[in-house]
Parts: sequence; structure tokens; C-alpha cells
Amino acid sequence: MTARTREPAEARPVYRIERLTKTYGGFTALHKVNLTLRKGEFGAVIGSSGCGKSTLLKIMAGLLPPSSGRVVLEDKPVLGPRRDIGMMFQQATLLPWKTTLGNVLLPIEMRDGKAAARAAEGRAEELLELVGIGRAKHVFPGELSGGMAQRAAICRMLISDPAVLLLDEPFSALDELTRDFMNMELQRICLEREATSFLVTHSIPEAVILADRIFIMEANPGRVAEIIEIDLPRPRNLDMINTAKFGEIVHHIREKLGKEAFGA
Amino acid sequence: MIEQSVTAARAQMPEYEGDTVWSEHEPLIDRIPRWVAMTGLFIAIVGIWYAVTALEIVSNIILPTPMETWSDIVFVGGNMVSGGYMLEALVTTTKTVLLAFGLAMAIGFSLGVLVGETKFGERAVMPYLVAIDTMPKVAFAPLFIAWLGFGIASKVALATFIATFPIVVSTAAGLYAASENERMLFKSIGASRMQTLVRLKLPTGLPYFFTGLKIAAVGVMAGAITGEFLGGGQGVGALIRVSASQLDTPRVFSLIIYLSFLGLALFLAVVWVQKTFVFWNKSDKPGGAA
Repeated sequence: MTARTREPAEARPVYRIERLTKTYGGFTALHKVNLTLRKGEFGAVIGSSGCGKSTLLKIMAGLLPPSSGRVVLEDKPVLGPRRDIGMMFQQATLLPWKTTLGNVLLPIEMRDGKAAARAAEGRAEELLELVGIGRAKHVFPGELSGGMAQRAAICRMLISDPAVLLLDEPFSALDELTRDFMNMELQRICLEREATSFLVTHSIPEAVILADRIFIMEANPGRVAEIIEIDLPRPRNLDMINTAKFGEIVHHIREKLGKEAFGA
Repeated sequence: MIEQSVTAARAQMPEYEGDTVWSEHEPLIDRIPRWVAMTGLFIAIVGIWYAVTALEIVSNIILPTPMETWSDIVFVGGNMVSGGYMLEALVTTTKTVLLAFGLAMAIGFSLGVLVGETKFGERAVMPYLVAIDTMPKVAFAPLFIAWLGFGIASKVALATFIATFPIVVSTAAGLYAASENERMLFKSIGASRMQTLVRLKLPTGLPYFFTGLKIAAVGVMAGAITGEFLGGGQGVGALIRVSASQLDTPRVFSLIIYLSFLGLALFLAVVWVQKTFVFWNKSDKPGGAA
């Protein structure tokens, strides 16, 4: 893999979230959120629980309608789930009665039928090889470890060849060692595919090691309080966590979040 | 430095020779092997039974001796094997039970899907089902006999009526069993409502459905026999009633034994089908959609 220098400022915006508001009864979960992702950019949103970041992700994915405002992807408004949006959740959520391969092919099977799913088997196998679990393709999820299950979930997200990847705390249920490793895998996949990605996370180091830009959200009402550009070179590696620069960025974000959450 | 302090610390520790193997003693009653325990308990029960009859604590007319009962079991078995009237009775009851079980499955499953999947079913149908379920369903037997006569139909109706409710409830509960994550996943991959029902909710709910079937298997037996008690006809239930009225208690016991084989066979059939179809429901590891 070669180091790729990004020019985010020049890349064109693909994902536009404009004046997005979401209210539940009298409660405002999101208030006029504006956010733009550029082509190939890795964005991360971080904030205390209840700041509406999961709601934001669901609206971006077309899983939840906004109360007002709009979401536009590739110049088309998002009015429901779309094939060019790939999603990954905290839980792998593999169907226990399908093999790993069957689970990876599920989106194709649902959208295009069984014949199309069979035709896509080769591609699914390639994806499983890509994340290093090619040998587990005929195994049922009950036999997979947590990390392997999330790898299968990555493949299921990628099988439709989505233009954007929306990641809702994808590795937060894994142990720390596996999580670090999976984050590096995720970076590799995103760089190879030049995918536009958007990550929701609780972990500041995770956001900093992965993201080009971090959106810090504040609660009550949920809004983007600050945008931080992370200009660490790519590809990044876990050793960067120990550098002074990394520490400074983490420190800055932690202070910002602490002020927001505890008024300290 | 560190090495020195470790050596120093070790020097202060008392030496312990030998292994630290723990010995755990299970109480004697838990160490009896299964077949010994089962046989022993059986012998004990029959022994007490024999003692009660031999000492004439209870009249022989009310409680027959184990030997009388055994010889009657052999006699009834002989009659069934040689194709006698008792085989006919058992076939009639079996037919009733299987028909009712099939009907209860079809009706219970359909109503369960209606209740579990549609708001209409939940709002309009479910309250009535709950209301009927609280009634003593056996009390409907005279109605079924009046409507359907003394033939097999009235017994099938009563058994179906009793067995349907657990299937409705368990099917509906099963449809709620899919997690929020799984529903979200299906939504995100563009699955239709029908696809979500057939590919996610129904398979996830299968263990619930089978639990309902096991309860129904017991209910359908009770319903069929009650129907035969009250509506006569040719089943084993009618034979039991006749024998009881003649104070032929050994016959009652042996007929109950053969009925229990029928109930057990039905129950085990459900268990077998469940094990074959719900092969994944053994362990809930992180990868599985538990």
C-alpha cells in the first residue's frame, strides 16, 4: 500500500446534510445540523451519549426521516435506505441460520433475489479473503469469534459496493486488542476503495487514528460544536498513538467534550 | 536489582511440597448412575403400591394390585396387536389427535401472524383471544357435541379449540423476538415487509413456535380424551369411561398407559422436528443474532 496524500479541500462534496432537525415530541435530538463529507473523506462524529449522533447516522442512512432539513448524497436526496449506502452496527447481527457466506450475500439476496446472490458468490468469497476469514465461509455464525463476526459484517456492508460507509460504533463491543487491529483493517479497506466514510464513536483515540475530520457534537439540542482537521499522514499506524501530536489532539478533544458534558 | 529482591522474597516464603489437588466429594445421592436411580425409584413406587394393596389399606376395587394391572396391560396389548376393538379405539383417538393438532397448527399459526405482525390483529383480534383463553375451554364440549354430533368431528373441534391458543400466543411472541438491530439491518438492506417477516421474524421466532407446539401437544390429548368422555364414540376415552363405570380399574390404568405412549410420541415428534429445523439455537455466541 502506498501512502496517499489527500486534498480534501479540493475534493468535491458527496454527502450534504443541511439544516437537519429531528424532534421527538417536545425533545430536540438534532438542531439545524450542517455537515458535508467530501469524496473519499473519513469523517468521525464524537460526543457524549444523548447528543444525537446515532440519530444523525440513522437519518443519513435513510432509516429515519428528519423532522426538517435535508440529506443529499451524490446530488440525489436520501428518502429511504439506498444501495449506495453501506451500514455497519455495533453488533455484527449475523443470521444464525445462514453461513458466513450466506450472511455476506444477504443484501444482494434481498434486493435482487437468490439467483443474483448465487452469481455474487465469487465476489463475496473475495471480500472474505480480503478481511482474512476466507476459510470460515461455510461456518455458521455461532462458531465465529466477535472479531470474525464483525469482519463478516464488513463484507456484508461492502458486497453492494456502496459509495459511502456509515459506521455506528462498529468495534465497540470488541476487546481493545481486536478493536485496534480492526480499526487498522478498516483504514486499509477505506483507502483501497477510496470510500467516503462516516464513523460514530465514543472513543477519542479511535476517532483520531481513523478520521480526516472530527465533528464534535454537543447535546441539548444536538448540534455540531466544532470541526477538527486531523492532518496525520496516511496510512496511519498504531505507533502514532504514542506521538506528541496525537496526544495533543486527543487532549484538545477531551477538554472540549469535558467542558460540554460537565461544564468544567 | 529486581532479581535480587525476588530471590529475597522467595527465601522468606515457606516451602510447600506436593501438589495442590482439591478433593471434591459429591453427596452419595448424586453419585447414583441414572439407570440405577430410575430403576430403583420405579421398584420403590411399585413396592409401595403393592404394599398398599396387599395390606388392604385401600379396597382392591378402587386400587388394583400391580400384578393385576400388569396382566391387563399385556391383555390390552395383545388385543391391539391382534387388531381387536381396542386397536380401533386407539386408531380413532390417534386420528382425532393428529387431525386436531394439524388444525390447531394451521389456525394458531395464521392467527399468531395476524396478531404479531399487524396492528389490526394486535388491537382488534388479540383482546378477544385473551378473553376466550381465560374461559374454561372444556366447558364448550357440550356445545361442540350439539353442533357436530357424536362422531369424531366434535372431539376434533374441542381438541383443536384447546390446542390453538398456546400456538397463537407463542407465534405472536416469536414475531417480536427479532432484535432492534436485526430489524434495522433488514431495513438498511432494503428488505420489504414480507421479506422481513419471512426471512427474519419467522425464523427468529421458530423456537417460540415450537414451545407453543409442545404445550399444544399436551392440550390436544386432553381435549380429545375429554371429548370422548363426554361425547362417547369409539375412542380410548369412551373405553376408559365404560371401564370406570364397571369398576374395571386395571383396564382404566392400562388404557391410560397406552394413551400416554400416544402423547409421548407426539411430544417427541415435535422435539425431533425442532432439533432438525432450529439447528442454530444451541449457543448464543457474540457472532450469532441472539
